[in-house]
Amino acid sequence: MSDAITDQAAPAQGRWWIGLFLVIAVLVAIRAGMGEGMGRVYVQTETTRYASTTNEQGRVAWSAVADGTAGAVTIERDLFRTAGQFRAAESAAPGQQAIRVSWDRTIGLWLAAFFTLAVFSFLAGDNPAYKLTESIVIGVSAGYWMVVAFWETLVPKLLANLAPDMVKAWCMPNLEGGAFNPIALIPLGLGIMLLSQLTPLGRHVGRWPLAFVIGTFAGLKMVSHVESDIIEQVRATMLPLVAFEDDGSFAAWASIRNVLIIVGVLCTLAYFVFSVEHKGAVGRAARVGVWFLMITFGSAFGFTVMGRIALLAARFEFLFIDWLWLIDPKGERAMAVVAAATQLVP
Amino acid sequence: MSGLDRRWIYLAMMLAVALPILWNGVTGKTFPESPTPPSQACFDAIEALPEGSRVLVSFDYDPASEGELAPMATSFMRHLMHKRLKPVVIALWPLGPTKAEETIASVIKTDFPDRVNGKDFVNLGFQTGNEGVLKVIGTDFRKQFPVDRSGTPVDRLPIMEGITKAGDFPLVITISAGYPGGKEWVQYVSSSNPGLVLLAGVTGVQASQVYSYYPGQLRGMLAAIKGAAEYEALVSAAIDGDRVTAPKYTEARRRMAPQLFGHLLLIALIVLGNAMYFAQKRCKAVAP
Repeated sequence: MSDAITDQAAPAQGRWWIGLFLVIAVLVAIRAGMGEGMGRVYVQTETTRYASTTNEQGRVAWSAVADGTAGAVTIERDLFRTAGQFRAAESAAPGQQAIRVSWDRTIGLWLAAFFTLAVFSFLAGDNPAYKLTESIVIGVSAGYWMVVAFWETLVPKLLANLAPDMVKAWCMPNLEGGAFNPIALIPLGLGIMLLSQLTPLGRHVGRWPLAFVIGTFAGLKMVSHVESDIIEQVRATMLPLVAFEDDGSFAAWASIRNVLIIVGVLCTLAYFVFSVEHKGAVGRAARVGVWFLMITFGSAFGFTVMGRIALLAARFEFLFIDWLWLIDPKGERAMAVVAAATQLVP
Repeated sequence: MSGLDRRWIYLAMMLAVALPILWNGVTGKTFPESPTPPSQACFDAIEALPEGSRVLVSFDYDPASEGELAPMATSFMRHLMHKRLKPVVIALWPLGPTKAEETIASVIKTDFPDRVNGKDFVNLGFQTGNEGVLKVIGTDFRKQFPVDRSGTPVDRLPIMEGITKAGDFPLVITISAGYPGGKEWVQYVSSSNPGLVLLAGVTGVQASQVYSYYPGQLRGMLAAIKGAAEYEALVSAAIDGDRVTAPKYTEARRRMAPQLFGHLLLIALIVLGNAMYFAQKRCKAVAP
């Protein structure tokens, strides 16, 4: 029965989504045709020539040199410029090419806007645009972490210790040390053992490196937790119930705060004492402890809401400021601000 | 009420957040901010340092938390530069150095162009290892960060002269979005260096976990965008005085209007939902 309803609803829902995206596309097209337009990224190419020198320790250093230096290489960098800077440059020299539209970055901006809207569209219901965006995010994240793990861990921490000369010649010319380090064979072996988890026969072998990781981590955590989360926290609750100011006068608010902290800690701990039945004084203290816990959860929820709204606001700012050009709080598209930044324009 | 399509709530929240942004974009007005003690403590800790002191700043976040943490990073960097302090930037998150470069470009290279890389500030980049990195820099800083981001050995950087361990910095700032972040800095660095002053700028989600360390193990704390706005206002008041603050230094305060209306809507919905719940319960109780 439910499958039949789903089958009937699917075409209607599909038409609804197509209609929604068409409406958004029409609105965006209207906005793009109005006034100064929208969603363009400007760049200015900075050209620098670099030459390398090698010192007596074999360390290679690259430094900027003047044009015409023998053996120098040219590096071009596209620096972001604002629409206001572009307009200022155009008004000074119509048709100038120093500041220009970067089509690849403009496409990137529009893709970012599309992905933002696609993620928002999940609030109305699951749809292909959201699924596409979700898949791209997962794929990019996985690829990025793989590259980070390779270049930040495997190459400098493992390969550079096992084959320093090869790594120095290949990708780390300034690598210091340069001697084979046999201790690096231990993480290599543990890593290979961990990978054996992927094979049906090697699952028990993979438990050894896991035991090593868990044991090391537990040891590392134990000391720091005892120090910072037990001893220091206990010390922080050893407060005077009656507090005084520096001049000796009674500090009412500080006293109330200290009493609240001490009562809160004791009552909350009472709630977690399960070896004594929660009756009588212990039961009453535990009920007060529950109130303290609820207030804590409420404040945590409030902070979470604040964080999520801040992130939502940041995405709306991106859409309104960078993509749709509806508002300009930073004055990046205004000519008046550009006047102060003309040194950036050649 | 129970039959209300939740998409209406999403739409209402969208309007509650979007309209104040547009209003702010048109008028340029922000709400006044009065600092709470944790934010004031951050400001005071930086003000108390003598000129030329080196400050370890850890960028422990990525673009996912930029909306909350980038305004904090901008304000911290501006304050440090204004006080002529010397930030040594590191990162425990792989995208932290990129965020740090953006902040350096936006603040130091634009508004403090006389400051020299390697002498007045430096970006030492990212190191993998999470709390392992913190454990090691507690005893041997250079073992984890032997070169800066461009490959120059730290031994040749004037800013790193005499620095052998994290405890050599009079002040450490972490701008953190999660793990590893504020909690780990307290556990592995603050606890083992009793004289060290640690400040943390944290996301809303993290704030309630880190709050218990203030003011003992954490000297100051910026909790979410509200903390960022308070600190931003303090720094602006100290540096700009009566002058108009540049828009890039009002980012956190601009995000407080959406906060206000978003929270008002949420409170209204919670009150309304509870009122409806108790009303329905009463109706059922009196029904025959």
